[in-house]
This record gives sequence, structure tokens and C-alpha cells, in this order.
Amino acid sequence: MAKTTYYVPIGPIHPALKEPIRVEAEVEGEKIVKVNVKRGFAHRGIEYMGMKRNAIQTLYLSERICGICSISHPYAFVIGSEKALGIEAPPRAQYIRTIIAELERIHSHILWLGVIAHEIGFDPLLFWTWKGREKVLDVLEAITGNRINYSMYMIGGVRRDLKESHIKALRDMITYYWEFTEHMKEVFLSDPVYKARTRGVAQLSKEMALKLNVVGPTARAAGLRMDIRQDIPYDAYADMDIKAVVPQDIVGEAGGDAYDITMVRLYEIEQSLDIIEFCLDNLPEGKILAIPNYVALLNKIKKTEGEAIGAHEAPRGEVIHYFKYDGKRDGPAVWKVIAPSYNNINSWAPLLLGAEVADIPVVVAYIDPCMCCNDRVAVVKDSSGRILDYSYLHKKAVEKTRKLEKELGVRK
Amino acid sequence: MTPETLFYAIGMPIIGVFLGLVYKGIDRRVSARMTSRIGPPIRQPFWDVGKLLLKETVVPENAVRWIFNAMPILAFASSMTLLLYIPFGILKAPLEGYGDLVVILYLLTLQALAMAIGGFASGSPFSSVGAQREMVLMMSYEMPFAIVITGFALIYKSFSLSTIASTPVWSIVGPLGGLGVLLLLIAFLWVTPAELAKLPFDIAEAETEIAEGMLAEYSGRNLALFYLSDAVRGFAMIAIEVVLFFPFTLSYLFGLNLSGVALYIAEGLWFLFKVLVLYVLAVTLVRTSFARFRIEQASRIFWVYVNIIALLGLLLIWAEVM
Repeated sequence: MAKTTYYVPIGPIHPALKEPIRVEAEVEGEKIVKVNVKRGFAHRGIEYMGMKRNAIQTLYLSERICGICSISHPYAFVIGSEKALGIEAPPRAQYIRTIIAELERIHSHILWLGVIAHEIGFDPLLFWTWKGREKVLDVLEAITGNRINYSMYMIGGVRRDLKESHIKALRDMITYYWEFTEHMKEVFLSDPVYKARTRGVAQLSKEMALKLNVVGPTARAAGLRMDIRQDIPYDAYADMDIKAVVPQDIVGEAGGDAYDITMVRLYEIEQSLDIIEFCLDNLPEGKILAIPNYVALLNKIKKTEGEAIGAHEAPRGEVIHYFKYDGKRDGPAVWKVIAPSYNNINSWAPLLLGAEVADIPVVVAYIDPCMCCNDRVAVVKDSSGRILDYSYLHKKAVEKTRKLEKELGVRK
Repeated sequence: MTPETLFYAIGMPIIGVFLGLVYKGIDRRVSARMTSRIGPPIRQPFWDVGKLLLKETVVPENAVRWIFNAMPILAFASSMTLLLYIPFGILKAPLEGYGDLVVILYLLTLQALAMAIGGFASGSPFSSVGAQREMVLMMSYEMPFAIVITGFALIYKSFSLSTIASTPVWSIVGPLGGLGVLLLLIAFLWVTPAELAKLPFDIAEAETEIAEGMLAEYSGRNLALFYLSDAVRGFAMIAIEVVLFFPFTLSYLFGLNLSGVALYIAEGLWFLFKVLVLYVLAVTLVRTSFARFRIEQASRIFWVYVNIIALLGLLLIWAEVM
């Protein structure tokens, strides 16, 4: 009997995906025999918009690149900007920035734990983890005024200072999360059903991880010791001894599967707690902005020429922003963003090949994909294969408007 | 047609649908409370059905139309027929004497089969994968189910449900057989979530994997019928479990001396209470504390572990009866 294959289209809209991306899988029974990943459904042209604005406006725009980790892009942005402009943030601001970034890592990782639980049908665990996540969101709200999109960072510092009450809230939160992670480790790492669903699924070997150029927890779970905070320390990270969390330090060997990624993420939450504790213990006094006057800052940007790369280890992996200031305007002349999901999504196709249909959500979720970070370029082609550029599309749009106006009689 | 038949033909489906939806509502509410949520009101399933009935029924272009439309009716009819075999408390089952446990086994299978065939007929790849999974799952859980029924037939020398309901099984078996029946109960409790397509065995409907699988293309009236048959099946399955393993009546337990209508009402409420407790224990508790298995894992669980438990139970019963 000839084998029949089905074509299962996953996405752009699918319950396993919270954001649009398309995975075209050909399945033979339960096994995937052919797979194709298509992206580019959420392109918003943020880089283009950023290059039309001044640097402070672009900073807020960069916060909107990612929906979940709203600090990772501004962090890379301010680091890159400061390097290009030759400004250094005051030590207190550096420490506050590190604290906020680590708070965000905690909430992002707990969010991921809930998502992976949901993907394998373990909804009670999703509710439980997300309930626990409220605590860090409350602290973030107390410090910055917002649960998400904090508008906290500024080129050359931060916009809000830490008060005594904030420090007390942070210390309370740390005690709470030490207990919470202890409990979470128990639930995730020793639950037999969770083990059965994630052991050996989405297994990435060290060689494959290097070849596919994956970053962040995905790479660390495969056993690669890579972490921007360890390799190129910045801000408060430079004052402490940070080591990348890899499974071989925890259990002796790296499997690189979804189970190991869970482990890496759980231990990274604890690492973040340690970092916040260190920052609170050694929080320097002083001002929080290098150039408090924004007009002066914009003037400085207008006069400075320079380029730089800012890198930050976001919860999902390294975020890299490239900048060029041309000394003619108050915004970046060139702004290029590289988000971690872009590298990590490359691992989907090889991992899905030969996997089961039931493993698709686990493989899709294990890198914690962020499509809105990911879609940086959209190439539009017409029927003859010609790439349609901005000026052509603009011309077409104007022509169409004129035609419509004529038909409606608005314009004579 | 006697008035009695007419009552059963009209009354039973209404009572069955009502009870099934109420139990579904309680199940959702309890599950929500277990996961620190408030949960929907208990009447929510009624609203769901009402809304589905008002919506447009869409049939996919490449579906086999008549099979696609017939399967929800078949599933609903089989679950309604199932109700007629269940003795409510001391009330006799309407179709008593016209079939037995084997028919019940087939009626339960028929619903899953109807869903699988409907899934295949819908022409959607998600439904096809879901239907394949349902077939595999069905092959896995039918065997322990059949063993349980065989065990009861060995004890009672009869397949009739009313014979079984009239005498509690625990009172006629010795210690060895009692252990055997206990093992059968464990096997039956394992089969329950699979039979009802609930977590951890809702593999055929996994929403994050294949977008509700077999039901992916169903909408409107068709989906409402599947929803209703699912609700009724949940109630009926647990009711069968109660009849088989916990048939203790109020008068048997406490020696109550009621008569007439009061007796029937008291026994009926007691029966519903037993079903509710078992429903929460066997369905709600299980589905809130497990993750979904992969299909080959579920198959292995049934073919290896549950089968061994059930066969061991059967062996013990056989040893005592022989």
C-alpha cells in the first residue's frame, strides 16, 4: 500500500502560536517528513520609522519591538548609543538598569514556563506559574509605573530613581521567588509526565547549536557557554562574576532538549535573584542621568558623529543594535536590530523533521519565539519577480488615491 | 406505543441532556477553583449550546457532505440510547432486557467512532490527524474496558446491568475476588478519561497541537450536537461506573424505611450524588493534574500497564469463581 502523506499547515494563525508564523509540515501518520518555515507576517517597519525620528523618540519606539521583554531592546539601544556618543551613565543608573533587566528576565522566564506547560496541555501549571509571575510585575509597576513597556531607560542613565520602599519591595520579592523557584524546580524537573513530554524533544546537539547559530538559553541548554553578560560585561555585570548557566554544571551533561532548557531557565531565575541581591547590596549613591536636559542631549547627538554596536543578553538570547550617528541630525542615521529569535527559529526546521505532530508545539515553544522581534525585513515582489521598493509602492499609492479621488469627485 | 414508552422517548433525553450539561458546568467550575480561578457559572454549558445552535453551520467545500452532517446526529443518538440502559438509583432502566453491558460498550465506542468518521469526512488535515489518533486510542482502551466487562460477567454469570445493579458486587465476592474487582476498578478509572476524551488522554482533540482535531471543521448545530453528546457521555460513563462498582443504595447502607415516591426521589438524589463525587474524582481531578500524553505513550500505558492490571484482576476473579 502506498504511504499517504498529509499536508498540515500550522499558522500563520494556530492555537500553538501566539504570533503569526507559518510552519508547513507534511506528515505521514504522526511523523513529519517534510517541513518548511515561513516568516514575515508581522513586519512593522520599526527600523525605518526609527531612522525618521530623534534618538529619544526612537528609544521609546525600540521598546515596542518586542511584546514581552520591553527592556531588552532599549538596553541594547542605550548601550550602543552611549558608545557611539561617548557618554557614560552614572554608576547608580547602571545598577538600576541591571536590576530592571534582571527583573524582566525573571518575568519572561516564568512566562515561558507557563507557555510550555500550556503547550503540553498542562493548563493548571500555566495558571500557577502566571499567578507567581504577578509578584515581579507588581514590583516593576511600583518602580517604573508600568507593568510592561516601562519607559525607564534613557541615553546616559535611567529616568526614575530607586526609593527605599522600592528596595524593600525588591528584597521581599527575592525572598518570595527563592521559595517559588524551589517549588517550581520540584514541579517541572521531577514531574514524570512533564519529563515524558519534553525529554528528547527538540534535542539540539552542541555541534548543531553551533552550526545553526542559536543563542541564549537555547544555546546554553545545548552546552555552549555563551552569555553576553559573561563574555562582554557591561554596566553592573562587569562588577560581578557571572557565569553562563549550562546543564553540565547542574546535572553533569547537556542534553539540549526541552527539558534541559526548562532547567536552564529555572536556574537562570535564581541567578537573576543573586544579581539583584548583589546590585541592592552595592547600590552606589549619586545622580541617575549623565545629561539630565533632553534638549542638551539631542544637541549633543546632532553634533556627534560615530557608530557602535550595543549588545544585551535578553531573556531569549543576545539582542544586538547597530548604530550610526552622522552628526547632521538628532536621530540615528542607521539603525539595525538583530533579535535572538531570528537565530533561534533556524533550529525549527531540522528539529521538526522526523518529529511527531504532538511535538510541534514543544519544538515551537522551546526557543520562546518572538515573531514581532523577528520580522525585520519584508520583501515584496510583483508577478514578474521584481522587488518592489519603497518609492515604487509610494508612487502606486499616490496614483491610486488620485484615481479614487477623481472617481468620488473630491478633486476636480 | 404505550404512554410509558412515550415518556422515556421524550423525558429521558431531556433529563439526560440537563444532567450532562449540569455536570459539565460543575466540572468546569471545580477545575477552575483547583487552579485558583473563579470559573464560569454552572449554567455556562447551557449558554454554550444555545449559542452554538444559533450559529451558522458551515460545511467545508471538500468534505463528504452527508457523512459530515450525519455523524453528529449518530453520536448524539448513541449517547441518548446509552442513557436508556442506565438504572437511576432503584428506578429500572427503560431498555432493560433489550441489551446488556456489551451493547453499552458498543454504544460508547460508536460515539468515538462517529467523531473519527466525521473528522475523516471533513477533509481537514487537522481532523485527519485527530481521527487517526482517536482510532489508535480506541484500539488501546477498548481492551481493558472489555476485560472489565468480562470480569463482571464471570462474577454474575450474566451481562445484564440490572442484575449487576441489584446486588453490590462487593457483597458476593470473597477476599481474592474483592482484590480482583479493585484492580478492575483501577483499570476502569484509567479508561474513563480516555473514553471521555479528557486530559491526559484528549490526544485526539489536542488544541495546541492540532486545533481541536476531529472537531476542527465543525460549527453551529453540528458542533452543538457533539457538545451535547460529549456532555451526556460524561454523565453516562460515570453512571455506569457507579452502577458497576458502587451500587449501594440508601436503604441498603442505612436501612432506610421510605416508600412510594419519597423512596424513588431519595434514591435518585443519592445516585446523582454518587455520580457527582465520582465525576469530580475521576474526571475533574485527573484532568487538572496531568499533562497531555503523546499518542504512543498513551497506547503504551493502556496496552502494557492498564491491560496488566485488568488481566490480573480478571485472573483473581477467575481463580475465585472457578
